[in-house]
Formats: sequence, C-alpha cells, structure tokens
Amino acid sequence: MKLRIGDPDYAAPEDARAEPTSPMDILRRFLQGDLASLRVIVVIALIWIIFQSQNERFLSATNLTNLFLQITAVGLISVGVTMALLIGEIDLSIGAVSGFAAAVMAVLNVKHGWNPWVAVAAGVGVGATIGFVQGSLFTRFSIPSFVITLAGSLVWQGALLKVLGSTGTVNLTHSEVIRLADTFYSPTVGWIVMGVGVGLYALITLYGHRRRLAAGVTSEPIGLLVARVAIVAAVAIVAIAILNSDRGLPLALIILFAFVIGFQFLTTRTVFGRHLFAVGGSAEAARRAGISVRGIRVAALTLCSSMAAVGGILAAARLESVNQSSGGSNLLLEAIAGPVIAGTSLFGGRGSIWSALLGATVIGSISNGMYLLALESSVKYMITGGVLLAAVVVDAVARSRRQAEGRV
Amino acid sequence: MNGNGAPILSTKGITKSFGPVQALDGVDFEVSRGEVLALVGDNGAGKSTLIKAIAGIYSIDDGEFFFEGKPVDISGPNDATKLGIATVYQDLALCDNLDVVANLFLGQEEIASGPGGLVRTLDETDMEQRSHELLEHLSVTIPSVRSEVGTLSGGQRQQVAVARSLLGDPKVVILDEPTAALGVVQTKQVLELIHRLRDRNLAVIVISHNLANVFEVADRIFVMRLGRKAGVFDATHTTEEQIVGAITGAEFGEGENGEMRRQP
Repeated sequence: MKLRIGDPDYAAPEDARAEPTSPMDILRRFLQGDLASLRVIVVIALIWIIFQSQNERFLSATNLTNLFLQITAVGLISVGVTMALLIGEIDLSIGAVSGFAAAVMAVLNVKHGWNPWVAVAAGVGVGATIGFVQGSLFTRFSIPSFVITLAGSLVWQGALLKVLGSTGTVNLTHSEVIRLADTFYSPTVGWIVMGVGVGLYALITLYGHRRRLAAGVTSEPIGLLVARVAIVAAVAIVAIAILNSDRGLPLALIILFAFVIGFQFLTTRTVFGRHLFAVGGSAEAARRAGISVRGIRVAALTLCSSMAAVGGILAAARLESVNQSSGGSNLLLEAIAGPVIAGTSLFGGRGSIWSALLGATVIGSISNGMYLLALESSVKYMITGGVLLAAVVVDAVARSRRQAEGRV
Repeated sequence: MNGNGAPILSTKGITKSFGPVQALDGVDFEVSRGEVLALVGDNGAGKSTLIKAIAGIYSIDDGEFFFEGKPVDISGPNDATKLGIATVYQDLALCDNLDVVANLFLGQEEIASGPGGLVRTLDETDMEQRSHELLEHLSVTIPSVRSEVGTLSGGQRQQVAVARSLLGDPKVVILDEPTAALGVVQTKQVLELIHRLRDRNLAVIVISHNLANVFEVADRIFVMRLGRKAGVFDATHTTEEQIVGAITGAEFGEGENGEMRRQP
C-alpha cells in the first residue's frame, strides 16, 4: 500500500490560498478578528441602555465624563495587567504597588518638597523597580508568578503603611499632581486633539494600504478601510461633542488613550510585542527560535508594575490624597477582570490592549450605574461577579468552537 | 537521483557515550546535495543521537565533521546553523496563537526601515511577501499566510515548520519523524515537500520509522544498529526485507541483493 507521488487520485486540494476578496470572506475575517471586541461593545451598549432606561441621568454628558474619569486609574492598571496576561502570567501585587508608588510620590512631593513631576517619575520608577525585582525572582527561581506577586502584595502593602507614617494619610489638595485629574481642555483644544488623532489614523491606514498594494500583497478593499476610518471618526466626534458639552476633554482621558495606543502599538507592531505573544503561546517554541524568554518575562512584568504605579498616581490625583486603603478594596480584581471580560486569555498568547479599555468601561459602567440607582454594594458585587463569569464562559465557548472548526 | 558530487556533510568515526551507554560508536556518515537520505534504525539505535550531534546539541567524544570537504568544529547549535544545517524536530516548536508569517519569521523578524526601525517595528508587508514567495516556491497549500497556525492541519503545520527552517538558506535540512502522526493525504503532502527540497539541491536527512514512506522519499537509506552503521542502501535496488534485516541484525544486508532468509 504505497503512496505514489503524482498519483492523480490524490490531486492536491483546491488551491486554498485563493485571495480572500469576496464580501462574505471579508465579513467572516472581520468577525473572527474583532469578534471579542465587538461582543464587548454590544455588552457595553446593552448595559448603557439598561441603566439609561432606569435613570435618565446615566447617559448625560456630566455622568459620562464622570464615568471616564472613574475608569482612568483602573484602565491604566489593566493595560499593565494585559502585558502580564499576554505572556500567561498574572500579577497579584498591582493593587499594593499602585498604592505604594502613589504614596512614594505623595510623600516626596508633599513632605519633602520635591518637584511634583519628579516625584511622579520617582513613583513610576518605584513601580518599574518592583516589577523588575519580581520578574527576576520569577524567572530566576521558576516560582509561579502568582506566588511571587502574592508575597510582593503583602510586602508593598506594608511598605505603603510605612511610607505614609503615623498619620496614615497624605493630602495632595495643594499639590500640582492633582492637575492630572482635574484639568479639562477647552472645546477648541478638544476638536484639535480629535482632528489630529483621527487624521493620523487615516494617514497610517492609507499608507499601509498603499505599501501593501505596491508590494503585491493582498490588502483589504479601500471601501472597508474608509468605513473603518469613518467609524473611528464618528465615535471620536460624538465623544468630543459630549465631553465639550460638560467640562471639556479631560487630561486624564488623554493620558489613558495615550498609554492604550502606545501599548497597542508596542504589542502588535514591534518585535518585542511579537515575542511577547510567542512566549505566551509557547515558551518552548519561543526559546528555540532564539528569543530570550526570561528577558521578555522580566520586561512584561516590569511594564505591568510600572503601569500599576501610573494608575495609582492617577487614582491619588483624583482622590487628592493617598491613604492606607489606597490600592486596596477591589481594585486588584477589577483591574484583572477587565481585560479578561473583554477577551484577553488568562492562559497567555491571546488578547489585546484594547481589552483593558473595554473591560474597564464595562466594569466602570456597571458600578457607575448602580451608584446612580443607589443599589446596595452587596447587589453590586454579585452582579459584577455574574458579568465576569458570563464573559469568561462566553470566551471559553468561543474558543472551543474555534478549535473545533479550526483543527482538521 | 543519488545526489551530485562530493558529500556536503560527512562524519568520520563519531563516538558518543552517555555514562556506560555507547550511543554512537565510530559512525561514518555522509550526505550530498540534491539527495534524500533516510536514517532508520530501531529505538535506541542512535539515530537521534547522531542527528543531535550533527545539529550541535550533543558534543561528541571523538570523531570529525567535514562540511564541503573541510574539517569543521560543531560544538553548539549555533555552529551548525552557521554552517547551514537546519533541523526540524518532531514537536515542530510552533506558536499556535501566531499566524503563519509570524511563525516563519519568529526570532528573525524583518524590521521596518525609517523611523519605525528605532523601536524595532515589524515590517509585516515585507515578511508577508517573502512568506508568499517561499510557500509558493515549495507549493505549500495553506488557507492563508495570515491563518493562525493552531487552525492548520498536522500536515500543514509540518510544512510550515519545514518552510521556516529554509528561511536561513540552509544547505542541509534534517527532518525528525516528519510524517509521524499524519494522515494519508497529509503524509503525501509532506513527502512531496521533501522531494521539492531535494529539487532545490538541498541535502535532506529524514529520520523515519515508516519504511513505506522511507522507500517512497529516499534516495539512499542509512541503517543504524546499536550505535553503529549497519549499512547504506540504494533505495531503488533494495527491498523492505533487506532493510528490516539490517535494522534487526539478521545476517544479510549490504551486497546480498534479494537473498532472503525467513525469520522464525
């Protein structure tokens, strides 16, 4: 029973590499590629509709502005968490690190009279150092990251109390740092930022399209690209219009978007990002391809802790103080749950930085809406938990279906 | 087709022991450009050890390597890679969550020119173009170079792994059990790919347990037994029984064309 090369009975299957140009194909690719994000956007829309029907102030410009200010800190921390999740690790110290880094910043600024922005840099530096140390311990001794960071969580919680001293709180009321959270730009500035942002996006999209065509590689049809730019522009215009009808474009939101876009670029467009996904997908394959798996892991955990510090400092600026409960309560769980709700895998190698933003929006919307409805926190916890569970179940079902379809 | 000219890679008296176990005992081995050499033998015969010695994973106790006629030192995987020896191991080492382009270029990504190069931005367009060229040249059929590798069939994954080994422009390609665990059609695709590697004037070494596949794909068959060379056979003038005899150590083999003795 020998196989013969060239046997006509075994004609090669239809050339499956035919260019995917039919509309159905493109629709399918779009759905496959952005399904997780799309699903979350639908969920956010549902949540907003439900709350709006219960309380008409929910979708008011003031409340939406508040909502985005509320999610800034947790969103920034989630960006870092996503870096850890992408390599299949988890960092349980982010809450404590965010509090500790904010405390270092506040003490240096308020008690030692440091320049506020130097103090902010020092706070972020503390976060980066913590991440580097934890990452190095994790790779050096091959101890699971959750154990290292759980231990770290207690250590930095203690460090927070130590740094704050006997009073247990540092007020930032007179510090420049609070400008991070209470600066709003005039409508004109808002429109300029929006125009520049959307314009750059359109230019980059068009440039990429031209290059691909010039290189003879298939590119999505120009109509689809135009539609995508138009959707982004429409969302941006509506968002700026809403923000402008309240207090204007908040600096905090610009900071959040700058980090989200920056990290999205880092993870999807650079060699580092490619290696990050490779380590998350198969550390052994990455190692054999010559990638420094240890280096990637330490870098990811360092970025994770750094973003926890950035988020902690934004939270401190918003509360205008750092106290013993900074970084506590359910900040840690919300920061991890956000990206997972929005489709980033807990097992590594799958997800995106956008999920940090979308997930924070889901959780932020629920807690904001429940606050407006004056629900008890017992109900709030249970509903948030239910949403997280539902999201994870939907993700697991989608993954098993994808595998069932994909593998022959 | 028996290769052309002098062997590109040869070994002389390769010896390697692990403690008391003599894994390789003075193995002389050679492979030429444009030929497929099958490496067969029972479990523990020393096939994998020989391959790992050539790939620089094991350092040998004694013996010499010659590449393009010159003595060379292979003391690490990088030495082998630099000479132009690429190895595709049985577990393929692919990242299921990445697409075909990303896997092909993993660890040797193209970096964009211009300002993006400063932060090591990927040149996706160039990588995709080169992936197309490479896969087209090898007639590899996959749904799209942007398919996630995890969604491909076993045969397609094997072909991607082989294609990836070719990116460094090697002269010798070693394939470890490339058809193990593949179905009939997929096996055929991989065997065809091996023929195309030969047509590209590469020296191909294939480890396999499946003698039917070996006879279909190989020009010569190198049989190992107990760490020694048990014989080299021309695939077109040898029967499966002769190879089995050489593998098991029955008293026939090289030179005894067609003289069969039945084993009880």
